[in-house]
Amino acid sequence: MTPPGVNAKDFSDALKQFEETVGKEWVFTSDEDVALYRDAYSPFWGEPEERMASAAVAPYTVEQVQAVMKAANEYKIPVYPISTGKNLGYGGSAPNLSGSVVLDLKRMNRILDVSERNHSALVEPGVSYFDLYRHIQERKLKLWVDVPDPGWGSPVGNSLDHGGGYLQPMYRNHFDSHCGMEVVLANGDVLRTGMGAMPGAQSWQQYKFGFGPWIDGMFSQSNFGVVTKMGFWLMPEPDAYLTGTVTVPRYDDLIPMIDILTLLENSGISNGMPGLGSPILGGFMMPERSPEVTAMLQKNGVESAELHKYAQDKGIPFWSCTVKFYGPEKAIRAQWEYSQEKFSAIAGAKFKDDEFYKFPLTPDQFNKVHKPEMGIPSLEMFSIGARSPYNPTPSNGHIWFSPIIPRTGEAVLEANRVFAQAAKDFGLPLLSFSLPTTYWMRSFIFLFGFPITHDVATNKKNRETFKQVVRVAAEHGWGEYRTAPAFQDDVMATYSFNNHALLRFHETVKDAVDPNGIISAGRYGIWPKHLRGNKA
Amino acid sequence: MRELAPLVFVLAGLAIGGSAFGADEATLQQGEKVYTYWCATCHGPGALPGTVALQTKYKGAKPALLSERTDLIPAVTKTFVRHGVSIMPFFRKTEITDADLDALAAYLARNNKAPSR
Repeated sequence: MTPPGVNAKDFSDALKQFEETVGKEWVFTSDEDVALYRDAYSPFWGEPEERMASAAVAPYTVEQVQAVMKAANEYKIPVYPISTGKNLGYGGSAPNLSGSVVLDLKRMNRILDVSERNHSALVEPGVSYFDLYRHIQERKLKLWVDVPDPGWGSPVGNSLDHGGGYLQPMYRNHFDSHCGMEVVLANGDVLRTGMGAMPGAQSWQQYKFGFGPWIDGMFSQSNFGVVTKMGFWLMPEPDAYLTGTVTVPRYDDLIPMIDILTLLENSGISNGMPGLGSPILGGFMMPERSPEVTAMLQKNGVESAELHKYAQDKGIPFWSCTVKFYGPEKAIRAQWEYSQEKFSAIAGAKFKDDEFYKFPLTPDQFNKVHKPEMGIPSLEMFSIGARSPYNPTPSNGHIWFSPIIPRTGEAVLEANRVFAQAAKDFGLPLLSFSLPTTYWMRSFIFLFGFPITHDVATNKKNRETFKQVVRVAAEHGWGEYRTAPAFQDDVMATYSFNNHALLRFHETVKDAVDPNGIISAGRYGIWPKHLRGNKA
Repeated sequence: MRELAPLVFVLAGLAIGGSAFGADEATLQQGEKVYTYWCATCHGPGALPGTVALQTKYKGAKPALLSERTDLIPAVTKTFVRHGVSIMPFFRKTEITDADLDALAAYLARNNKAPSR
C-alpha cells in the first residue's frame, strides 16, 4: 500500500530518508510488521474500510522526529503520530486515513524530570503510566500519578485525547493537569509552550500560560503538531483516604442528592471521585436486583409508580452516593461529617462509613483496593470484557458511547428516558437505568460500551446504531467527549453552532500550520484541504 | 477468516516442534524481565483479567498463570503476542522487539519437557 496521492517513487524516497534518520530497523514496511499497527478494537475489523497504515517509523529523539517530519512534508506523506498506541476503544495505533505512515513514538520513553518539591513530572510520549509509577516507587517519592483505568497508556497520549482518572478533581482531568508541552510542527520546526518558550526559565512545569495566547489546547484532539514532551502536575501522597455512602429513599431524591454532591465537590469538601448507585435497581458494586424489580422495570420502566412504592414498602433506598476524601485524617473525618449534615436535608437520608486507609497501604489493602483511586496503574479494568465465569464468550474489544450531560438529577432522569427509548428503537439490550460517571467536576458523562466482534454483520449493525445514538444525544444537546476514528466525523458534525463555525476555524488553522495536510488527516473530523469533502 | 490464520500457524509450529530447550541463563533472565513488564500486569497472580480468563477457559486442566505452564512452545507464545486473542491486543515491535519476544518465549517454555525425538 502507498499513501493516497503519493507516487511509489516518492514514497520509496521518503522511506529511505526515514531509514537514514532512525535506522533501518525502526522503519516497518513488511505486511507482517505493519499489521501490528491495526486497531485491535477496530469496528471495521476485516472490512475494506478498516483503517490501515502503509508503514511505520519509530524515532528515538526529538531531532529524529523533526527530520522525519521534514522529509514527510517534502514528499507530502501523511503521518499519524501515536504515543504508546494503547488508546483501545478510541482507535488504538491505527490511523484515521488508510495509507498513512504511523509515527510510533513508543521508543521515546524517557522520564525527563520528576520533582518531589514541585509535585510535577516531564515525560516523553512513549512513557506509560506504569513506567512513571515504577520510577516514582523505585525512588520512594511521595507522589501519586492520576492514572486512567488501563495503566499501559501514555500520560501524553491520554491527556491529549482528554482522558480522565480517579484522584482529586484537579488531577482527574488529565489535560487540565498538564503544564507545558514541546511540539514538532509539520515542517519540522519545534516549539515549547508556556514558560518553556523562554530559554532558561526554571518554571516550565509551574506556570502554564507563559505570555500571549495559550495554545496547548490546540494540540489536543487535533492534528496540528506532534507533541514530544509534556509536563504534568502530580498529587502529593495524602495521609489518608476515607469513603462514606449516603442513601436516599425516593426516586425524586436523585435531584437534591446530586445538587448537594455538586456543592460539596465545587466547594472542595468532597475531593475524591464520587460514585452514584441505586440499591433498588442494582448494578455495579450494588446488591443484586430482585426478580420482582426486574419484572417491574420490564413492564413500566424506572418511572413505574409500582416500583417506587415497592422500594418504599421494602425500605430499599432508591439512590446512593459514595463520597470520597483524600487528606489528613482529622480533616477528612470532619469533611465527611459536614457532608452528612448537608445530605441530611433530604428526608430519610442514611449514612454508612465505608473505607478508611492510611498510606502506604498494607499488602492486603493493596490487593483489595480499586487501584486507580490510589494512583496505582493496573489493567484490571479489562475484566469487563475478558473471559470469566460471568462472561464465558468474550468479545474482541469495545468502543464507548460517552456523551457529556448536565450535572443535574433532572438531566440524568431525562437522559435515561431518551436512551431507554433509543435502545428500544434500535434493538439494543434493554437499558433499565444507567447512572453517569463523575470523572469531570462540572459535568456528568455517560459511558455505554458497544462490543467489537470479528463478525462483519454485527460490527456493521453496531456502527449504524452508534451513529444513531450520537444523533439522538445531539438532538438533546448531549455531545460525545471523545470517540473512535470511525465516528469522529459524525461527532464533529454535531458541534455545528453557526454553520459549523468551530470546525471551519479548525480547518483554517489546519491549512495554516500544516499546509500540506500531512499530520493525522481526519483526526477528530479535521481534514486537510485536499481531502475535505472526500472523507475516508 | 483472517483471524483463523494464526491458529493454522500454531498448528504448523506444533508440527515442527520448536522448544526453548537449552536457552541460556541470560536469555531466560531477559525473558522473565519482559514477562514481568508486559505480561504479568494481566497474567500475574490474583484476579487479573488474563489469569481469570485462563482459569475460566481451562478449569484447572492447565495452570491459569502463564509462568507456570509447561506446554507453551515458543511458536504459541509468539502467535499470541503478535496476533492477540479476544480482548488482548497484539504488541508492536517497538513494544516487544523480536529479540525480546524470543527471550519471552524461551522463558515461558523453560519448564517444558524436552521434545521427543
